[in-house]
Amino acid sequence: MNETVSMSIDIKRRLGDFSLDVMFSSDGGLTAFFGRSGSGKTSLVNLIAGLDTPDTGTIEVNGMTLFSAQRGINIPIEKRRLGYVYQDSRLFPHLNVRQNLNYGARFAPPVKSRHDFDDIVRLLGLVPLLNRQPSTLSGGEKQRVAIGRALLAQPRLLLMDEPLASVDARHKEEILSFIENLRDQLAIPIVYVSHAMEEVIRLADTLVILNNGTAVASGRVEDLMSRLDLRPLTGRYEAGAVLNATLKGHDDTYHLSELEFSNKSLWVPRLNVGIGAALRVRVRARDVSLGLVRPEKTSLLNIFEGTVMEIAESQGAQVEILINIGVPLMVRITRKSLVELNLKVGAAVFAMIKAAAIDRHSMGIAAQKKREL
Amino acid sequence: MLTLSPLELEAIWLSLKVASFSVLLCFPLGLATAWLLARCDFVGKSVLNGFVHLPLVVPPVVIGYLLLVSFGRNGIIGHWLWQTFGVSIAFSWKGAAVAASIMAFPLMVRAIRLSIESIDQGLEDAARTLGAPRRWVFLTITLPLIMPGMLTGIILAFARSLGEFGATITFVSNIPGETRTLPLALYSMIQLPDGEAGAMRLVVIAIILALAALVASEALSRRVARRLGR
Repeated sequence: MNETVSMSIDIKRRLGDFSLDVMFSSDGGLTAFFGRSGSGKTSLVNLIAGLDTPDTGTIEVNGMTLFSAQRGINIPIEKRRLGYVYQDSRLFPHLNVRQNLNYGARFAPPVKSRHDFDDIVRLLGLVPLLNRQPSTLSGGEKQRVAIGRALLAQPRLLLMDEPLASVDARHKEEILSFIENLRDQLAIPIVYVSHAMEEVIRLADTLVILNNGTAVASGRVEDLMSRLDLRPLTGRYEAGAVLNATLKGHDDTYHLSELEFSNKSLWVPRLNVGIGAALRVRVRARDVSLGLVRPEKTSLLNIFEGTVMEIAESQGAQVEILINIGVPLMVRITRKSLVELNLKVGAAVFAMIKAAAIDRHSMGIAAQKKREL
Repeated sequence: MLTLSPLELEAIWLSLKVASFSVLLCFPLGLATAWLLARCDFVGKSVLNGFVHLPLVVPPVVIGYLLLVSFGRNGIIGHWLWQTFGVSIAFSWKGAAVAASIMAFPLMVRAIRLSIESIDQGLEDAARTLGAPRRWVFLTITLPLIMPGMLTGIILAFARSLGEFGATITFVSNIPGETRTLPLALYSMIQLPDGEAGAMRLVVIAIILALAALVASEALSRRVARRLGR
């Protein structure tokens, strides 16, 4: 069966001074809603979940119309079967972890459950917590229970609103890999709300960028991240292209790993993943420099030949340039260098990436594209 | 050390009966009213709110007199009750329970309303996103979470009913064995020329009863709080 998950949203909603006017569609895997706080991410998720009602428009998930002003459809919250993982976990304080996990089970469809209690509990590492009360759990533990509770209600789609907001740094990594597992092993479609670009790059297949209540852009993460015009929204400091690569091999002498993308090699500090793994690597624009001739006797391991595709005009100290090295690569240099090198669109350049700049946080296991079954 | 005379026993028993029925009467109504005031917006909400709080601010005698006028055999409601069901609550322990329940009503409503307002409605939303229909959410999430507030309301109402005097004596008078509850018995005792010793005994009994109710409620709410994981 085709497990393609589609979501098509076109809604308007006034909330006091703020108005939400969002139109986008997305298919497959994990869709991230990215934007600053106040951009309307949570309001949008609440509309999808049914906690709030749009003034007009339609919301469709997997071909099912959840809301349509025109056709007078507004499926009640409890009939939508969308698992919602809240920022603040919202565990029921009077029930223990096991009872929280089982709360939705009685309303789940009577079909043989896709997500079985024991599997979920094991996947999320909840076994030692089952008899505890929510008030005794840490932020990370609460969030894991909340994820498990949402999954056990057999949702069509999992909505996660900044699930890492109340989680300390130590447990973030743990939960991020749980979410990767959900996406890949359980193949459950997810909407993930975040204002942290590294989470988005790591997890998302599709990205929807929200600003001031509108969806400014939507599409594949790699495509959107290499658009110079979206830079102010994706964050200047964080800006950078996303490459899809596979792990080719490890060099144990120097503790390096070799990643391959469009027949080129990228050397990075040793990664703890198996050979052949599909990875998504963000190369921040500020970690790339340019030269007109191939540099020799340099410490740089990663040098790529390419051509200038696009230059973002700017009056400031820095400019962003898009280089084609087989895939788009975003580069930030000073305007002074731009003028002195006399760079124009079409010019041949060498792009240099410092291997040490690419750390574990710039990396995500790419979603396995095989979703046939 | 304290052997109770039949008269004292009668007064205690009557007080407990009146207070229990009073709570039974005002709890469901109080819960519904508290819900209405906490969660619904409607025209005349502040009027209803004022009405509910009236017994707190008006002299109890006024409430008693109003009850007498409307529930007496010749009152509008009393006449109808007598004609249709052949019952009259005036000058009986049932009337005492009604009077006590009206006096306790604002306390019940306030306690429950506060606890309804203090629940995170996000928890109810969360339950609904897990597939639970509204009614089920009310039973499994809302009710358990407002349990402490309901307990407080019940205890306050019970205590208020035990001590009810003004409305009771005005509405149902001071009939031994029928409406002479502990406070009324104490009042009668004070009227007697040599009633001091008897009055003192009743005072001690009243204090013991009140303390017992308080201790029981403390223990109960501690258990509930533990279950709520606070």
